[in-house]
Amino acid sequence: MSPDSQPAAVPEPDLSAPNPPNPPGLAELFFAFARISLAGFGGVLVWARRGIVEQHRWMTADEFNETYALCHFLPGPNIVNLSFVFGSRFAGFAGGLAAFTGLITPPMLIAMVLAALYSHYGEIDALRRTLAGISCAAVGLLMAVVLRMMMPLVRKRDVAGMLTLIAVFLAIGTLRLPLQVVLLIAVPLSLLITWIMRRREAA
Amino acid sequence: MNAAGQLWTLVWTFALMSFFAVGGANSAIPEMHRVAVDVHHWMTDKQFADASAISQLSPGPNVLIVTLIGYSVAGVAGALAAMLAMCGPTAFLAYYVRGLLRRSSGSRWPAILQAALVPLSIGLMAASALILALASDRSSAAAMLTIVAAALAVSTKLNPFWILAAGGLLGFAGVV
Repeated sequence: MSPDSQPAAVPEPDLSAPNPPNPPGLAELFFAFARISLAGFGGVLVWARRGIVEQHRWMTADEFNETYALCHFLPGPNIVNLSFVFGSRFAGFAGGLAAFTGLITPPMLIAMVLAALYSHYGEIDALRRTLAGISCAAVGLLMAVVLRMMMPLVRKRDVAGMLTLIAVFLAIGTLRLPLQVVLLIAVPLSLLITWIMRRREAA
Repeated sequence: MNAAGQLWTLVWTFALMSFFAVGGANSAIPEMHRVAVDVHHWMTDKQFADASAISQLSPGPNVLIVTLIGYSVAGVAGALAAMLAMCGPTAFLAYYVRGLLRRSSGSRWPAILQAALVPLSIGLMAASALILALASDRSSAAAMLTIVAAALAVSTKLNPFWILAAGGLLGFAGVV
């Protein structure tokens, strides 16, 4: 059986199925995540969802969201964390490792080739100008992500959340304080505020 | 510093940093900038902005910028060391926590923790945007390009690759 063989003629996707009919093996995990990482320009999340939920049906949309939420509140690169957690669901630690290496190996090779080219030709004027243009656009993309993520807070009129956001932005962005110091103060404080607000809402 | 010493510095710098990267790699960009440009002088402000642009331009997760910083310090070995240090420990942590959570489901703490961390991670990403903007937007035309790119990305479903490509083309043409 080829690893790509689709389940033949599934009329209606059974989104409530807790376990997929065809759990992936190690090689399949590696190649699926390699493909996901190579498709993803400017972020892999969309492609991960498409590959895992829609194409392979290895997880339901809800399971995917739940796993992503877990990986989002844990520190570290989210999608990389997700690959490990995802792979381990099907094939234990080895499965996690297979998905993890699949996700990071191909883009790393590409990035190293680009880095080598940059260190040889980075001083060429046309390339410098092109990269400068790309980085301006890249900053714009990042600003767009920030704006989109901020909208729910604004819509909910979450004043405490907005103040926390601004305080962290000023501390890191303008005062340039070390990340560790800022987070060691901000995380407990934000937890306390959130907990108090929830209790007040519940009361 | 000798080669082994540099690799070791990369490993512990990024391993430590990864545990403070709340909300993902983009949140850690200010800290990467502080460490790579201000503390260790591994790269200049301009090189950092270039590394960020290259990492956006290559497919794959945003964390790729770590590969480029590692490469500029110690070549291929540096790239591997930095990337594994940044990705490995937190992936193991996620694996472990997932196991714990499955055994104790129904707790309210994950939801509270998440609600508390979301504003922090947005604040960190906003700081990343500011720092990269200061490094890249050196003219009013450049700032304009950034604003237009942001507006396009917010209001349309255009693939980000085309926005980056357009930026590169304008740069090549000498507009920014």
